[in-house]
Amino acid sequence: MSSSSEDESMSEMEEQENKKKENGVLDYIMSLESVPTKLPPHLELLRTRVLCNNDAPQHTDTIQYSGAYAALGVDNSLRLDNFSQNFKVEVKRLTDDDMEFDMIGIDPSLANAFRRILIAEVPTMAIERVYIANNTSLIQDEVLSHRLGLIPISADPRLFEYPDNAGDDRNEKNTIVFKLHVGCRKGQPRITVRSNELKWLPNGSELIAEDAKPSASSKPKTFTSFACSQDSVPEISSNPIGPKYSDIILAKLGPGQEIELEAHAVKGIGRTHAKWSPVATAWYRMLPEVVLLENIEDELADELKEKCPVGVFDIEDIGKGKRRATVARPRDCTLCRECIRGGKDWEDRISLRRVKDHFIFTIESTGALPPELLFTEAVKILEEKCERVITELS
Amino acid sequence: MEHGSHSDQSKSTFSLADEDHTFANSIRFTLNQDPRVTFCGYSIPHPSDNRVNIRVQTTGDPAREVLKDACQDLMLICQHVRGTFDKAVSDFKKSNTMESDDSE
Repeated sequence: MSSSSEDESMSEMEEQENKKKENGVLDYIMSLESVPTKLPPHLELLRTRVLCNNDAPQHTDTIQYSGAYAALGVDNSLRLDNFSQNFKVEVKRLTDDDMEFDMIGIDPSLANAFRRILIAEVPTMAIERVYIANNTSLIQDEVLSHRLGLIPISADPRLFEYPDNAGDDRNEKNTIVFKLHVGCRKGQPRITVRSNELKWLPNGSELIAEDAKPSASSKPKTFTSFACSQDSVPEISSNPIGPKYSDIILAKLGPGQEIELEAHAVKGIGRTHAKWSPVATAWYRMLPEVVLLENIEDELADELKEKCPVGVFDIEDIGKGKRRATVARPRDCTLCRECIRGGKDWEDRISLRRVKDHFIFTIESTGALPPELLFTEAVKILEEKCERVITELS
Repeated sequence: MEHGSHSDQSKSTFSLADEDHTFANSIRFTLNQDPRVTFCGYSIPHPSDNRVNIRVQTTGDPAREVLKDACQDLMLICQHVRGTFDKAVSDFKKSNTMESDDSE
């Protein structure tokens, strides 16, 4: 019995020693230089670069599956700390109306999600209902209302609520009221009605609702029920509400013609109607990479520099009177492929590529919110979508 | 919302209303990065309906948990993106104002 237990303990110890030896062997193997923890360079190139050939781009798909390189023993999954370390943002240009910035280390699905949210799901204020008292101009009512809806309004949409469409409750928290009253007297030349004629009414509507029952109160019932003036909110009084651009042509009036209307603006998203889109547009492109596969010298270098319409290439002197072509501004490349046109030898000399996880984002705002705020709002909206799904699932 | 079988929790289809490619493609990316997932994909049954079907098959964990974890990961990614972006913008504004002060 004792011998068998000794045997057992011996075998246990042997097992442990074997395991340690195995682990030790494994560690030793993994620490050798030639064992792949990363992909071999040619596969890494295919994984991270789109090759833009003369006929069509190759390897455009991002390889997302975590086990894609399992046969090679390489882990393709994205750990959150890896992402946090590798993710970078570089702002290249920032003005009040537009910005251009680089996002490095992000997947195209996320970049596209941000772009889609910027265009269709960040809310703004736009004119929705137009109460027309008098329109004797040549512009039809519906055309004029459509044009009024498209005017960008410089009001912060975060200060307002969505209107509940079932009720007609328009109060100061969800409506902005504008008034337009222009006329062209007889004998005057034709006048142009521009958007600066739209006057903001902080106290609400002034048009009297006709179907109101005669009530005992002195104030007649209008189309909105403002409890207090919108002027009293400090954020609004510091940035007065109005059309962002004052020179948008709305209509043209001849002598004797008049327009009198009241326009109500509410909060909405671009998915319902494009007038509520806060960006003129937002787009991204991948970072171009131009690589010279062989040394291009003298006449060929001059020819190459002439070919490129945006001036990506430059000539440098390398001594002894020889000149060589270099890639000076790869970021400006528009992928016109002029440099690889002209026969197979040009295709062999230059490789046009795109970096799959480096995006050059451009956002042009229409003016309601500055572009950097717009992007932050878009990311917040994606987070809210995730939260909504999580609560649905739990 | 979840179409699966009671006996096998590791494979099921989630039908989300009021979603489209914006959310579905991003969640498909985070799902793919999770090593527990053997298969994931999404489809839009009809473009007029605002509905998206996400299919998840895992190596044994219930698909609902894996989807929830993927949503959490996506939220963390978004928060990190927002933080990095805000910092980059404030750095850029600071360096710009410093430059304009120097030139003046």
